Amino acid sequence: MTALTNDHDLHDHDDHHHHEAEAADRYMFGFWLYIISDCLLFSTLFATYAVMGQSVANGITPHELFDLNFVAVETALLLLSSFTFGMAMLGANVENMAKTKFWLIITALLGLSFLGMEIYEFIHFSHEGATPQTSGYWTSFYSLVATHGLHVTAGLIWMFFLFIHFNRDGFSHENKIRLACLSLFWHFLDIIWICVFSFVYLRGAM
Amino acid sequence: MVQTDLIKDPHVLTGKLHWGVIPFHDPVVAPVMFAAIFGGLLLVAFITYKKLWGYLWDEWFTSVDHKKIGIMYCIVALVMLVRGFSDAIMMRTHQALSTSDTFGEGFLPPEHYDQIFTAHGVIMIFFVATPLMIGIMNVIMPLQIGARDVAFPFLNSLSFYLFLVGALLINISLFVGEFAAVGWLAYTPLSGIEYSPGVGVDYWIWALQISGIGTTLTAVNFVATILKMRAPGMSMMKMPVFTWTTFCANIIALVIFPILTVAIAQLTLDRYLDFNFFTNDDGGNQMMWVNLIWAWGHPEVYFLVLPAFGMISEVTATFSRKRLFGYVSLIWATIAITILSFLVWLHHFFTMGSGASVNAFFGIMTMIIGIPTGVKLYNWIFTMYKGRVELTASMWWVIAMLITFTVGGMTGVMLSIPANDFMLHNSMFVPAHFHNVIIGGAVYGYFAGFTYWFPKATGVKLNETLGKWSVALWFFGYFFAWVPLYITGFDGMTRRLQYIDNPEWQAYMYIALIGVALIAAGIGTQVFNIAWSLYNRNKPEYKDETGDPWDAHTLEWYTSSPPQFYNFGDVPYITDRDQLLVMKQQGTAYKRPEKYDRIHMPKNTWAGPVLGLLTLPMGFGFVWHIWWMVIASVAAIFACWVKLNFERDKDYYVEVPEVEAIEGGFLKSNEGRSYYFEKNAKYYKKWKPSDQNDSTVVAK
Repeated sequence: MTALTNDHDLHDHDDHHHHEAEAADRYMFGFWLYIISDCLLFSTLFATYAVMGQSVANGITPHELFDLNFVAVETALLLLSSFTFGMAMLGANVENMAKTKFWLIITALLGLSFLGMEIYEFIHFSHEGATPQTSGYWTSFYSLVATHGLHVTAGLIWMFFLFIHFNRDGFSHENKIRLACLSLFWHFLDIIWICVFSFVYLRGAM
Repeated sequence: MVQTDLIKDPHVLTGKLHWGVIPFHDPVVAPVMFAAIFGGLLLVAFITYKKLWGYLWDEWFTSVDHKKIGIMYCIVALVMLVRGFSDAIMMRTHQALSTSDTFGEGFLPPEHYDQIFTAHGVIMIFFVATPLMIGIMNVIMPLQIGARDVAFPFLNSLSFYLFLVGALLINISLFVGEFAAVGWLAYTPLSGIEYSPGVGVDYWIWALQISGIGTTLTAVNFVATILKMRAPGMSMMKMPVFTWTTFCANIIALVIFPILTVAIAQLTLDRYLDFNFFTNDDGGNQMMWVNLIWAWGHPEVYFLVLPAFGMISEVTATFSRKRLFGYVSLIWATIAITILSFLVWLHHFFTMGSGASVNAFFGIMTMIIGIPTGVKLYNWIFTMYKGRVELTASMWWVIAMLITFTVGGMTGVMLSIPANDFMLHNSMFVPAHFHNVIIGGAVYGYFAGFTYWFPKATGVKLNETLGKWSVALWFFGYFFAWVPLYITGFDGMTRRLQYIDNPEWQAYMYIALIGVALIAAGIGTQVFNIAWSLYNRNKPEYKDETGDPWDAHTLEWYTSSPPQFYNFGDVPYITDRDQLLVMKQQGTAYKRPEKYDRIHMPKNTWAGPVLGLLTLPMGFGFVWHIWWMVIASVAAIFACWVKLNFERDKDYYVEVPEVEAIEGGFLKSNEGRSYYFEKNAKYYKKWKPSDQNDSTVVAK
């Protein structure tokens, strides 16, 4: 048996590109694992929301407040931002910096608009008398929707720093991993929002 | 009066803090506080005098080496074991002195006693068992799979410091303010702001929240390491059992710790911002807390025990001089436990009243999970059967575990029947059961692994006689301490009693006190053993020159003890589950390879300790409502994160001449040595490669 005569093509190779490919694989996989744990985080919040769905404590109900047209626009903005992020990734695939940055800026603007609408909605609800302190229902509503909003905020901050990275190093190996992870994160938030839209807004408005 | 004012209206600079929160007047805590401060100053003075700060910073604090991080985990865990065990001694002594009026009412007032049992549970689970296990995983798992380090070395360092901050916060609570007095899982609404207005529950919240995030990061890290960084040729079914159990345990952690994070965040919102998750009124739901905390908490105990099973497997196989019996069945049993562990959480609160069908489902699932666990016990017993069992200290731990854990498992099956549970719920029977499985299953397993791998981590073998003494003291101590409590539990004694009014239970409390004294002697022996063995580290009977002191089977023994910082000069192509043994058979172990390659390694980083420890003022600020401190620490954390993000030059190469020099020294120490120990040669020579023959080959 050739226990000590290594398969040098597979392992421990001096080639720099080999390390880069291995690192990209490792980082992307690690980020997928993080996404799994984040899925569980949102599942717990959804479960809480399901338990507290009727606990309005004789107070204001979602049915009285939800405006589906408003949420439809919000949803459209976020879904569109996933599409524009996809365009940015296409730009990155051909290492076209101008194209990538252009579509990233569009994505960020869409994300900001989404966040603006969400904050506006929260302020509006509070004025109508539905604050997180009002009842179990609104506690679970705000914590679920705001956790998603905080994730979007984190994605936007990430995008800002990625811009600085792009200006400094262009399409470096590390920046490509960063962009790929952010893309994964952004699409993940989109999927979570689809669940929020279906389980929270559609059900609440019915 | 000052205190109540501060709770309602915290001071801008100092929050709820004032001199009254420091227990100068407490006859139990004050001496401990002065001793801790004095001891801490002495340690700092010693390190300064010896000019060790630079060494510690460069070689340990900023290290991303998985072996050093693992050792730091184990050190903190052992320190916290002493703290958690002092709580146990106080509880047992207090209960022995407060049974009926014979001896008055003990020496602990109720609010202090309640803090002690809470702190005991939290410390033993989060700050002893978890870090001891993560420490051993850290040192051993990458070595077993032939990796240079874990997948994300910086995250590993950060996880350690987040855990350390949790441990520090819980120790600060002893001297500044108070700890939670609500039981280790802080059931609502007792832990809500209405019934626990003090800072105790806030300490609980931030200690667990910060260290829990560290554990989630560890889980991501270890799963990625095992799936992406195995040596060439090592398929999943060639992984050593300990790596398998580490893998399954971290899958569990990855999935459950987010639940804990969310549940604690919800309790935080309830307490700080008047949300209504778990409140009595306004639509809150207290049973949701109990569900969430056990949806995390029950898989958590399997997270703790699975790696212990792995350690038991490695030790048993090595010292029986056989392959592990039924490797495949053991792996599938582990996977079955991993999945079933998510389906039993409700058995912690059958009395909630979910109805007969729900209780029956969870009762049956609980009984079913006993089956794969039983499979494992038979795996170990049949591994020993017709093996050449060598009764070393780690093997003593294995035997202590087999007996104690079986008893604990059977009382568990008793509790899994809902009708029984209605009688026994919240009685002393329940703590007796879970101590039986956690001490008997997890802790004995860790100690077996600790004794077995201590030479690998340090290069020093522990004293065998002292090791066996500590097993014996723990083993008998355990039964002395807990069998009486099983009996009183049957008799209706409830948990967490500060005063016991039934004089018939007095004798039992005395016997339990004897048990705790025996265990204390066992822990003392262990601590002394570590100190004594390290002190004698250069004597031949303690020093491990060869890197393979037990004549073992797996890859971690194929490098020096302690291993070089890059682990292996050359990683072999894996063809067998017991790779090292096959290499010894074929005469290819410890041979110089044709050539060495340069090795790619991560650099040390300041970011782990700085980023991690900055969460300490953040947590402390949150506990005492010192908002400027919270804002300043969060801003500092963010600034450090950005700085780290823009750093370049995070890795380097170890060049071939350096590798050759280090490896040459190691191979020289192994020169002229026969591959396996003389006494084992005749058993080992009969082994066949694992692919041709499953693990049932008997050594004759």
